[in-house]
Amino acid sequence: MEYKENEEKVVSYGTYILVWFGLLVFTGLTVTVSGMNLGRLSIIIPLLIASSKAGMVIYFFMHLKYEGILFKVMLFITLLVVTIFIGFTFFDISYR
Amino acid sequence: MNQTVTIAVEKHRDYIGSKIGMWLFLFTEILLFGGMFLIYSVYRSVHPYDFHNAARELSLIIGTINTLVLLTSSLTMALSISAIQKGNKKLSIIFLILTIILGIIFLVNKYFEWDAKFQHGIYPDSPGLLKRKEGEILFYGLYFVMTGLHGLHVFAGVILLSIMLIAVIKKPYTEFSLRSPHLELFRGSRLAAYDKNRREFWKSELIDDYVKEIIVTFKYILTKEKVNKADFVQLENSGLYWHLVDIIWIFLFPLFYLIT
Amino acid sequence: MVNDRVAGNHEGMSFLEEEGRYRGIGAWIFSTNHKRIGILYLVVMLTFFAVGATIGLLMKLELIAPGPTIMQPQTYNALFTLHGVIMIFLFIIPGLAAPFGNFFLPILIGAKDVAFPRVNLLSWWFFISGGVLAIVSLFTGGGPIDTGWTFYVPYSIRTGANVSLAVFGVFLIGCSSILTGVNFLTTIHRLRAPGMTWFRLPLFIWSLYATAWIQLLATPIIGITLLLIILERFFGIGFFDPTKGGDPILFQHLFWIYSHPAVYIMILPAMGVIAEILPVFARRTVFGYKAIAFSSLAIAFVGSLVWGHHMFVTGMSDRAGMIFSLITFLVAIPSGIKVFNWVATLYKGSIDLNPALLFALSFIFLFSLGGLSGLVQNTLAVNLLVHDTYWIVGHFHYVMFGGAGFAFFAALHYWLPKMFGRMYNKKIATIAWMIIFIGFNILYFPMFILGVRGMPRRYYDYLPEFHTEHLISTIGSWILISGLILMFSNLINALFKGEKADINPWGGATLEWQIPSPPPPENFEKIPIVEHGPYVFKR
Repeated sequence: MEYKENEEKVVSYGTYILVWFGLLVFTGLTVTVSGMNLGRLSIIIPLLIASSKAGMVIYFFMHLKYEGILFKVMLFITLLVVTIFIGFTFFDISYR
Repeated sequence: MNQTVTIAVEKHRDYIGSKIGMWLFLFTEILLFGGMFLIYSVYRSVHPYDFHNAARELSLIIGTINTLVLLTSSLTMALSISAIQKGNKKLSIIFLILTIILGIIFLVNKYFEWDAKFQHGIYPDSPGLLKRKEGEILFYGLYFVMTGLHGLHVFAGVILLSIMLIAVIKKPYTEFSLRSPHLELFRGSRLAAYDKNRREFWKSELIDDYVKEIIVTFKYILTKEKVNKADFVQLENSGLYWHLVDIIWIFLFPLFYLIT
Repeated sequence: MVNDRVAGNHEGMSFLEEEGRYRGIGAWIFSTNHKRIGILYLVVMLTFFAVGATIGLLMKLELIAPGPTIMQPQTYNALFTLHGVIMIFLFIIPGLAAPFGNFFLPILIGAKDVAFPRVNLLSWWFFISGGVLAIVSLFTGGGPIDTGWTFYVPYSIRTGANVSLAVFGVFLIGCSSILTGVNFLTTIHRLRAPGMTWFRLPLFIWSLYATAWIQLLATPIIGITLLLIILERFFGIGFFDPTKGGDPILFQHLFWIYSHPAVYIMILPAMGVIAEILPVFARRTVFGYKAIAFSSLAIAFVGSLVWGHHMFVTGMSDRAGMIFSLITFLVAIPSGIKVFNWVATLYKGSIDLNPALLFALSFIFLFSLGGLSGLVQNTLAVNLLVHDTYWIVGHFHYVMFGGAGFAFFAALHYWLPKMFGRMYNKKIATIAWMIIFIGFNILYFPMFILGVRGMPRRYYDYLPEFHTEHLISTIGSWILISGLILMFSNLINALFKGEKADINPWGGATLEWQIPSPPPPENFEKIPIVEHGPYVFKR
């Protein structure tokens, strides 16, 4: 099997720092939003913001952006399974 | 007498395979915490107001500081790896140390938070807690178990990164060892190593009957031009673990501190 | 991770003989060679199987007549719990993947070992540590655990028996399973020989691949659930305690979210081995290779969506009941596809009634019976009547024992010559098979009748009207155990006194039949280059 050494992109310090700033901004956003009364949306919005933050960490810090499609598919399957486990449980909980 | 015996060396380094293994392990961690998030979702949906009320007793300030601490530690972790990819071992070590320090700060904050709760008589099965509404009991149960489990993972991460720190400081960048399977071939002779230009740069002692095993280890030092991805795959995998610990907190933070 | 090894010529030494850094038993329990690890699993698992089977015999002996026979009720509760925990966690879940997967996965894909040999060894150590802890828990603390292998709350939280230690043992076994999953997935993705494309993989590998995904994603859920039982017992957290707002049904959700996919961990590798054996002894290629491969993935996925069918009578919502029941009917489809394809593989084949094939054929029969009985209990209205009766006990013994168990025996008879280089007596093997098959059905078929007539499971005592079936069933257990003893004696005898086996005694076409019996430490002198699919036979 051949080894494709040095094939990978070295991410610049600057990119990482930019991502970090983005994370700080989103954190500020989520803290601010928590003070507001949004009714139904108060569950969804923080989760969306958290997911975006997590997405940034996965995509850039964990290099998923530069990995092959296999990694992305496997992550997708994992998240799908977690969603199913929680979702199907609610078929019970919500309808008792 | 000069006899060359060729030993075929298989350099079996599967860098991608190593990374796949780590990602798969991280998926199991996602599922482990997923189970806890399942319990959280169920009980929150049943007791939304109790959860809201109980959450107001958590310190938003410490929670936010901890969030910033972990996010920054993820940054320093990523920077550490970029540094080593560029051949800058010293910078990499600095960033790694920063990451570890930030992890410890997180744990110290957590200690104070929990201690404050204990002082207020709030801990699993405490009389003070049992007097409250069911939703609040469940909230605190989830709080202690989930932040506790997460804290354990942070602790494990700090240990792991400390081990990596020592490894990075001590290690020349690449090492490979040859073990000889057939000693009889070598009896009565010496081992010698030649460079690309067929110049001998090392020779062993005579291999006589007292020699039980031959191990030859080559260590070579990293230079900017010669960075091998496989050299720091362990550091990279440790980084992946650390980022996951950060991600879990990214979700814990709003679910416990921001449902006010 | 640097893993440089000298590809020296080991001069015809098999992996059984190779001397490494350690001597004696250390050479085995510290070995990172996948073949030695596979055998370590085999030995430990068969030991636990013997213990579990003995417990089963004792249980059946107690049930031979109403009233106390040889033990008190508390003992019976501990025994059925232990029987379940041992058979499920220490035998059938590791199943065919741990011994035969470890041994043959690298060989079948043309590799020298798995992707992470040291993690592989760690897996085994987790496994045996967990097993030892579970056994130790019998003799310490409040006595043997008596909750049933399902550890349902609130009883598992409140009972004085030694739950925490036993449950922690199971947790360790779960860690073993997870690490094996990581290893197998990475190995299959990364270490296939040149030319070994996905669709040239033997079907056993496809089944191991699907199983590994379940091991990876489902096991952590029971991991956290078991930890929560321990936390609950020590700290009274309250997640499952109604007085603190907890929900016992939530425990069952968490438990079955793993334990249902776990049954697919049990059966998928078994189905994979059957798909290996049938073509060889029918001397023709498998029918519908891609259908079998994809159905393995389908079973793994759809099987993760059906756990609620264990909970129809718990008080779960009707809507959930309907959804889970519907999807459970759907998951029968890929299994049905497999059964059809197996039978079609035999059609117009040149059948060689070898012991391995006999076990494989009886697998198809017994698994189908068990599977069909599953459809009956999945029907919501019927479930109301048969839940927690002997119908269920009959169902799962047919699929787990008649299915995965018989496939295990088939794999033993198929691969023993390759693993150890010895051949067993085929005539005795055939007789043993017949006794086992007859004993099995006499033991378990009456359970369907008992269940329909209302006999509850996990009951120490029963009304006299159920006596006849219990008596027949117990006699069946004696016949079964005689057959098992005969079978294992034959195989163990072969290890020491059997004739030396050929490199390819069955005329198989997959890669393991091209290397010596037993294989050398690194499997292949040179990594093979694969040019065609498996199961290509010349008539």
